[in-house]
Amino acid sequence: MLGLNKRDTSFLIIVILLTMFTPFLMQPFSEGSAMAQFNGGYPDLMAKVAIFGIFAMGFNILFGLTGYLSFGHAAFLGVGSYSAVWMFKLLTLNVFPAIILSVIVAGLFSLLIGYISLRRSGIYFSILTLAMAEMSYRLAYSVFTPLTNGETGLQLRPGDPRILDAADASRYPNLFGLELSTSYKLEVLNHVFTFNVGFYFCAVIAIIAFYLTLRIFRSPFGMMLRAVKSNQNRMSFTGLNPRPYTLAAFVISGMYAGLAGGLLAVMDPLAGAERMQWTVGGEVVIMTILGGAGTLLGPVLGAGAIKYLENIFSKINETVLHSWFSFMPDGMEDVVVSFFAFFTGKGWALTLGLMFMLVVTFLPGGLVEGGQRIWNKIRRKKPDTPNNNPAE
Amino acid sequence: MSILEVENIGKRFGGLKALDNVNLSIKEGTVHALIGPNGAGKSTLLNVLVGKLVPDTGSVMFDGQSVLGRAPHEINQMGISRVFQTPEIFGDLSVMENMMIPCFAKRDGSFRMHALERMMDEKQIVASAEEMLVEMNMIDKREMHAAAMSRGDKRRLEIGMCLAQQPRLLLLDEPTAGMARADTNNTIDLLRQISEERDITIVIIEHDMHVVFSLAQRITVLAQGTPLVEDTPDNIKGHPKVREAYLGETAV
Ligand SMILES: Nc1ncnc2c1ncn2[C@@H]1O[C@H](COP(=O)(O)OP(=O)(O)O)[C@@H](O)[C@H]1O
Ligand SMILES: [Mg+2]
Repeated sequence: MLGLNKRDTSFLIIVILLTMFTPFLMQPFSEGSAMAQFNGGYPDLMAKVAIFGIFAMGFNILFGLTGYLSFGHAAFLGVGSYSAVWMFKLLTLNVFPAIILSVIVAGLFSLLIGYISLRRSGIYFSILTLAMAEMSYRLAYSVFTPLTNGETGLQLRPGDPRILDAADASRYPNLFGLELSTSYKLEVLNHVFTFNVGFYFCAVIAIIAFYLTLRIFRSPFGMMLRAVKSNQNRMSFTGLNPRPYTLAAFVISGMYAGLAGGLLAVMDPLAGAERMQWTVGGEVVIMTILGGAGTLLGPVLGAGAIKYLENIFSKINETVLHSWFSFMPDGMEDVVVSFFAFFTGKGWALTLGLMFMLVVTFLPGGLVEGGQRIWNKIRRKKPDTPNNNPAE
Repeated sequence: MSILEVENIGKRFGGLKALDNVNLSIKEGTVHALIGPNGAGKSTLLNVLVGKLVPDTGSVMFDGQSVLGRAPHEINQMGISRVFQTPEIFGDLSVMENMMIPCFAKRDGSFRMHALERMMDEKQIVASAEEMLVEMNMIDKREMHAAAMSRGDKRRLEIGMCLAQQPRLLLLDEPTAGMARADTNNTIDLLRQISEERDITIVIIEHDMHVVFSLAQRITVLAQGTPLVEDTPDNIKGHPKVREAYLGETAV
């Protein structure tokens, strides 16, 4: 089906189902229970998971397949957001022209940056991308303020021309009239599930992006990208020019990043330069490696895990900690609370860093490798038990 | 008619003259062996031929066209393939994928954006890759990780990858080093068969004299970056200069 073999088709169907049922899956705890704070079924968070999933998927096409590690992809995310907001301001609040422009502009921008950075490989390539992104970030604050509106950020204004739908007084992006902020709530058995138009829009785009990634991975082009990572020497002595392959991968991943940036603007029509900062580019690196670079599902899992945990951990402030540990004697409670405060709330970055270190050290293949190990154990254990039972 | 003309090639590495005034003419359709002690400059000469190194002086003409100044992939697309002294294969890819890549390069040239095409539709490529694997007697290893193979198998895979491109000139840098005797003999048979059946010229660097004398029609002896003699195998065997410079050294 759809040009995929049986295994990939079932893989795709599972991914579609998981995505479509995210509002249930991320809302496992009943309302009012102590665990409710660990629910993640808010439209905002779910959409972020889908959007950063797209960002990481695209990044993985470059990094996972060719091995070229870019620290500058935040620049394309930011450019995507700016393009989308400009489209909202000038043409229409319909989301399609906006995200199409995001992808095109990010594609052109990544063509320029890729062309320059790919003259080098290895660490020099990484440093070049980092420098370019940092430069874009600085320029967004200075020379390009007419385009970016500097520190205030680019946002919608009542006076925007909006050539196609100026009459419409709405301030929110829409899908042919249906506002993306629209939500429907479903209450069953003490659970509240929220179905948000914006999330489902992002989810459908993410599924399309995943499908394209799958096709790229399985194509001769995907194989050439893995060949680049494996042995560039053999590649050129086999008559293949590695440069256009890496450049194509760079531009494709830049377009994914632009799409993600556009979708961020769709969910919240405001674009600021902080989206182009190198920390955002670093985050997508961490997502990809944490989930499993070079695997299909890894980057999406990494994006989901990080965005979910970020949301949970940042909410746990000292008040919350005190309520958790109130059963302890007073002195001890304070010590324990101040210890955990390092890792929660604003200290979330520390937890992320530790998590990253642990995964890179013990699970170099990321969460996907972890999943595979568990799966292999479960499958191998069963037929093996009669033979190697040490208790006998 | 000569397919490759090397004239006055010189290459220095700092104070070391790795190649010094090398002149060489390779006749089309022959197997031409390059022998000489370690460090004689044999691999360096191949590096110049495939565009990995730019020489300080001289010219290299392949089939009437200059090779110098072209990128390695362009030179390869002109019809020159090379097997390296240490196997250069795609270690992270499967054996089958290793074999498919040269088939793609042969059909599509140095770049093609086939991002949404399906591997399963590439029946022609799959067929020729499989055919080559059968010929190299490694079809049973098709799904194996190339890096997991023995050194000898890696080398045979690399030879197969070069042959899959149907080059006009095949350069082999010690192709049987690290191979078991049986594999060496298989490789000799394969190379002989190829050179007889196909329109291909082979330049082979080899230390194993059994391989050299079973295959070569001409032999050039290189010592300290300069060709000493070039002659037929029979004449080379008894040549005093060769005994002194090359066979003498291997005895030490
Ligand atoms: N890239 C290089 N840089 C410096 N010296 C080199 C380089 N490549 C080869 N050489 C030197 O050039 C000489 C010839 O080497 P090489 O062509 O590999 O010899 P052969 O293949 O005949 O054993 C050797 O002395 C080697 O050390
Ligand atoms: Mg050598």
